[in-house]
Parts: sequence; structure tokens; C-alpha cells
Amino acid sequence: MLGLGPHASFIIAAYAVAFVALGALTVATVADDRKQRRLLADLERRGITRRSAKPRPAATPTVTRTAP
Amino acid sequence: MTFSLTNLANPTRFLNFAGTVIPWLAALTVLLLGVGLYQAVFVAPTDYQQGETVRIMYIHVPAAWVGMGCYAVIAIAALGTLIWRHPLADVAAKAAAPIGAAFTFVILVTGSLWGKPMWGTYWVWDARLTSLLVLFLLYLGLIALWQSIEDPGRAGRAAAILALVGAVNLPIIKFSVDWWNTLHQPASVFRTGGSTIDPALLTPLFVMGGAFLALFVLLHLIAMRAEILRRRVRVLQQTQVQQAQIAQAARA
Repeated sequence: MLGLGPHASFIIAAYAVAFVALGALTVATVADDRKQRRLLADLERRGITRRSAKPRPAATPTVTRTAP
Repeated sequence: MTFSLTNLANPTRFLNFAGTVIPWLAALTVLLLGVGLYQAVFVAPTDYQQGETVRIMYIHVPAAWVGMGCYAVIAIAALGTLIWRHPLADVAAKAAAPIGAAFTFVILVTGSLWGKPMWGTYWVWDARLTSLLVLFLLYLGLIALWQSIEDPGRAGRAAAILALVGAVNLPIIKFSVDWWNTLHQPASVFRTGGSTIDPALLTPLFVMGGAFLALFVLLHLIAMRAEILRRRVRVLQQTQVQQAQIAQAARA
């Protein structure tokens, strides 16, 4: 066991606070990312898509001139 | 395909880039955190003056680098919003603010926990500590501003102005220990004439610095992706409402 001396409680508390704060930040960030992806997928499944995401209309056939 | 930052200006290209990079960055972050924490807790020697409490340095100092660096990212993004109107600048700034706030919170708390056994007090209103508290309040102010204005464009421009005004605090934090008489020690890692810290202590510090930097970039990419998707969801929800209104009008 690592001996942390007379100020062990301060060292452990500092590491615990950092772990909890950065861990909570990581969990919240990943959860928000997943929530937005789920919401977007749900909307797209119901047929609501961005204009840029819609398939382009089929290209009009080119008119070729025939020789007279 | 040639890679450039200009390519990433397109949100769809950015999403593809983030999707590729995030898993690798997550692995790198876990690796660096594992190695860094092992070195910081089990390998690094004790300090001849501070004893074991020097181990707090391995989270306090890297958190300080990231907490301040994150605000620099927000300030640069603010320029991108106001001057170049870069489509991702506002997204980058908004995504960075909560991350910067969390890292600055860690700086303040670990600093207090380090200060009590070393200085005999958790807090003193000296220039370094007070300017760091101002940085934390700036992060909270930016988050509140983004939350209070519904239109992302207007919120982004207002937040960009506040972010640029607040950027003056960065050199104050950095040089406060030189300009004023503070309880906080002067710079000992990045200083003219080289570091005053022994390499045995410096190596774990840099590994933890790399780990915190990797964690910041990872979380920033994930938060930016979430913000882009949030804006797409908002647009689609508005489209959905408009379609419902048109259908209702057609039936009437």
C-alpha cells in the first residue's frame, strides 16, 4: 500500500474530485451525443430529412441532335 | 483526398472526420491516463519540501494547462465567428465552454486542497487565485448566455463578444505571479531559463499533461458532433411543425 504521509486525506480528496468532475463531464458529453444521434435518427425514420439529404431528382435525358 | 482544415469547415465532412478520429483518440486518452496516473502515484519521487502532497501537482497543473488553453480555443473560435463567419467556429466555442468550466473547477478545488497543507489556508484572495476564479465565472457566464438566447446564430455572436472581452484575463492569470506579490509560486515549468523541476517529477507531469490534452480534444470533438446534430434536429423539428401546419391548412 502506498504511504501518502500525514496529508493523505488532501491527496486522496484532490484525486477523487478530479475523477468525479472529469468523469461526470465525460458521461454527460457522451450521453448528449447519443441523445442527439437518437433524436436525428428518429426524425429521419419518420421521413423528415434535410433538403441537402434528399436524393436528387433523376437527371433529365440529354437531347442529341440527329444529322439532317 | 488531400486533408486540410478548409475541408472540415463543412459540418458533414467534420462529422465523418470526428467519427474516424474519436475511437483512436479515446484509446490514446485511456493509455496516457493509465500510464500517467501510474507514474504520478507509484513511480514519481516525493518532493524534498512538500513530501507526498506534490502528487496533487500531477492533476492540478495539467488541469490548469487545459483550463486556460480551452479558453484560448474559445477566443480563437470567437474570432472565427465574428470575422470569418466560419460555420464551425460557434459550434467549437459552445462545445468547449462546459469542458473548460469542468477543468477550471478541478484547478480551483485541487489547488485549495494542495494549499491547505502547504500554505495553511484553502483560499486567499491573491491575484493568481482570484483571476482563476474569474476564468471559472467567465465559463459559467458563456454557458448561461448560450442557454438564454434561443437562436444559435445570435447566441453565438453575443457569446463571441463576451469571450473576446474575457480573453484579457488569460495573460493576467499567466503573469499574475510576476506582476503582483502572490502566495502562489511563480512559473516553474514553462519559464525563461528552463524548468526548475527535476526530470523525475517532470516526466510524469508531461505524461499527465498529454493525457489531459487528449481528454480535452476527445471531449471537444464529441461535444462538437453533438452540437452539430442538435442544430440539425432543431431544423428538422421546425420542418416537422411547418409540414403539420401545411397539412392542417390543406384539410381546412
